[in-house]
Amino acid sequence: MTFFSLTPEEWEAVRLSLKVATVAMIASLPVGIAVAWLLARKEFWGKSLLNGIVHLPLVMPPVVTGYLLLLTFGTKGPVGAFLAQFGIVFAFRWTGAALACAVMGFPLLVRAIRLSIEAVDTKLEAASSTLGASALWVFLTVTLPLTLPGIIAGMILCFAKAMGEFGATITFVSNIPGETQTLPTAIYTLTQVPGGDAGALKLTAISIAISLGALLISEFLARRAVQRIAA
Amino acid sequence: MSLSIDVRHRLGSFELEAAFASAGGITAVFGASGCGKTSLVNIIAGLIRPDFARISVGDTVLVDTARGIDVPPHQRRIGYVFQEARLFPHMTVESNLAYGEWFTPKAQRYAARTQILDLLGIAHLLKRRPRDLSGGEKQRVAIGRALLASPRLLLMDEPLASLDAARKAEIMPYLERLRDEVKIPIVYVSHSVAEVMRLATDVAVLSQGKLAAFGPAAEIAQRLDLVPDDEREEGGVIIDMQVAAHDAGFDLTRLASGAGDIYVPGRLGPEGTPARVRIRARDVMLALEEPRNISALNILRGTVAEISSAGPSSVNVRLDCGGAAVVARITRHSASAMGLAPGTPAFAVVKAVSVSGPTAEPH
Repeated sequence: MTFFSLTPEEWEAVRLSLKVATVAMIASLPVGIAVAWLLARKEFWGKSLLNGIVHLPLVMPPVVTGYLLLLTFGTKGPVGAFLAQFGIVFAFRWTGAALACAVMGFPLLVRAIRLSIEAVDTKLEAASSTLGASALWVFLTVTLPLTLPGIIAGMILCFAKAMGEFGATITFVSNIPGETQTLPTAIYTLTQVPGGDAGALKLTAISIAISLGALLISEFLARRAVQRIAA
Repeated sequence: MSLSIDVRHRLGSFELEAAFASAGGITAVFGASGCGKTSLVNIIAGLIRPDFARISVGDTVLVDTARGIDVPPHQRRIGYVFQEARLFPHMTVESNLAYGEWFTPKAQRYAARTQILDLLGIAHLLKRRPRDLSGGEKQRVAIGRALLASPRLLLMDEPLASLDAARKAEIMPYLERLRDEVKIPIVYVSHSVAEVMRLATDVAVLSQGKLAAFGPAAEIAQRLDLVPDDEREEGGVIIDMQVAAHDAGFDLTRLASGAGDIYVPGRLGPEGTPARVRIRARDVMLALEEPRNISALNILRGTVAEISSAGPSSVNVRLDCGGAAVVARITRHSASAMGLAPGTPAFAVVKAVSVSGPTAEPH
């Protein structure tokens, strides 16, 4: 067959990767915005600790992050066992892959949004409050719209990280075709079997195309957002 | 509507302490930079939480630290015009204007949109973005945005400071119309003698955080000792007058007051129109006899009320002219040669006046 035709398993890996990365990005966004706002605008006890925890996945070996997730969210882990009562299972499911990707992408998401919130002029927020906006409305109508370029950048970084996540995913949810086998783990598997080179190359090309596409889209969106809010 | 302010607040080693009450109109807060003007308005707006304060507008108490009252800034309904406009860059002019209006409960909205757009001359800017506006336009939109929120008090913190002379001249008439047409108290912060004397009803002078003087503008204007050194030349008096007649032949308007008549070029509006005349001390000469055959049009008769030092070589001579004051800055030498002393009858020859009023042409 030609280079561009994929086997059903390869297709499944592409589809799953996109799903995992998208869910990871969207699910972590509200939490990411909230944490970024706390870190950018509030002073509280334990702020450095929170900042450290958020950034931990960036500096720890991914395998360690994956193992910690397994210990916490595994079927016998404290959180995993609790959530299992409500039918929410992460271990060895695609949802677990999404969780691993979200945790790994979270520092990048928070960092981009935090920097962007810090760049918003607090004088505009003060002006908004004198015009009758409560703290929540100030955030929704002034801070958030002006943070949009940072939010877009953070989302794309998180998405790209999720697309490439390997160590934490394979440690936490293993490498089950059709359930937790994403692009990187599929490529890894293909490189381990004789004659898998062609498939690995195809998936690599797709990987590059998706990453590049995401970058281009983010550039385009961020430029439009900046134009909209430029003073 | 009345305004009552009593504030004590410590910022590091700086202590702000001011108390005054005004019946309405424009209360100017005047002082050199760093004297605590902006802190004072930020406390009024609720952006700074003061150590002690009692602030009320009409019957509404905004802050009373002794009674534990502290209305949050977004519920104070105070229009705040900042020095740098602070328009929302992600919104059109129209959305900026509608912003405060939207947050104001319907029952409390009194601002008439078309009237305010008209008053400020901004109706043609609605579709534009703040970045496409000139400095003067931005500031007018900012004033409109504050007014459309139907505030109970308007705070203006050096609204003209970031503008050049031409833009200032463009906005001044709008501010005067605001004072005369909007029936809410206005607190106007400025370090410019000219602005304060042109606009203010009452003046509060702040010096290093303390209230150095408070009173009606005409009274404070006579206190040339309150004028900072770098604005020394701007010191002078203001007299509130009325249009008496217009001479079409020479195109001169005669203004009348208890102090006498003042002629100004141009037409100022129908008889009875109020007009404020500002006479700088350096623009006044004194004569012991009524000058004749002199080109100066405006000569006021009075008696010397007070002579005070204005530097090593000059003095300020305050003349009482039918209840109004005119101050002349002359050399100490002349004062001595003329034998001026309190009670001496004298004539003030006014070389230049500036006039402002609701219908005065900007010049």
